[in-house]
Amino acid sequence: MNEHPDDHEGHDHAHPHPGVRPDGDDTLNYYQVMEIAVRELLIEKGVLSADAVRREVEKMDARSPAQGARVVARAWSDPAFKAKLLSLGNDALVDLGLERGPFKLVVVENTADVHNVVVCTLCSCYPRWLLGLPPDWYKSRNYRSRAVSEPRNVLREFGLDLRDDTTVRVHDSTADMRYLVLPARPSATERWSEEQLASIVTRDCMIGVAVPKAGSG
Amino acid sequence: MSVAAASAAVAARFRTGDRVRVRRADVPGHIRTPWYVRGHTGVIERLCGAYPNPEELAYARSGLPAQPLYRVRFVQAQLWPDYAGSPADSIDIEIFQHWLEPA
Repeated sequence: MNEHPDDHEGHDHAHPHPGVRPDGDDTLNYYQVMEIAVRELLIEKGVLSADAVRREVEKMDARSPAQGARVVARAWSDPAFKAKLLSLGNDALVDLGLERGPFKLVVVENTADVHNVVVCTLCSCYPRWLLGLPPDWYKSRNYRSRAVSEPRNVLREFGLDLRDDTTVRVHDSTADMRYLVLPARPSATERWSEEQLASIVTRDCMIGVAVPKAGSG
Repeated sequence: MSVAAASAAVAARFRTGDRVRVRRADVPGHIRTPWYVRGHTGVIERLCGAYPNPEELAYARSGLPAQPLYRVRFVQAQLWPDYAGSPADSIDIEIFQHWLEPA
């Protein structure tokens, strides 16, 4: 701030700073309080350690859509792998050295005539072990309610205008399956390596709100 | 699914291609059958396997015997009266067997 040219060492902040927004992390909601209470109890009773909790958070944060992109690029390059991915998704992940995962993986394939898009209307089910944490919009009431009832409008808002004669298949992840969209391989990528192919497969392409383009890698 | 759960599974009543109606029920608790398909008719897309019943798991019970879980395909235009899109547009939803009846 202009009125404080010096650094804030030893500055006790007893006065307001106009124009500075509060951090907004000082008020805990019901579920945040419950999470802290349960976590502290589990640690106190020796069920978990704080370090074990931290390691799990770190592990989750290290998962990323790059893993899913590898899967898609391999499926585009290897027909046998693709067939296995579509029928026994979890086994195919293991073949690539990825985690099998705690849920059954259902892979749905986009074709010239069919476009797939994934939503969880009840909460935020998502193949987290494969793609990492879902984006905030995936958990929003707006996306969760509208992706099922007006998917074409939602996709248009994401910049994806589908032809009228393309069939839209929405997948509502309501129970024990987790979904991955296998996008259609763009034309003009015939000579690309798997690494090049993986570079154009983004998170949104694997949820189904975007499609990969050869120019975006 | 654990071996115990597999051995305690309810037998599957439906096969891929069967027409089914979702029960129009209003029951309290942790229900994973969305309102927007209750009372509607769809087609079994596949049997996903048998899974412990989430309505029981939510109350710390075993959820056994495991219930067959299906992906059921509905036609969008039948779910939403003012649906704007191709008549072929569909939505696939996972629904447990005890929510389904033959249609």
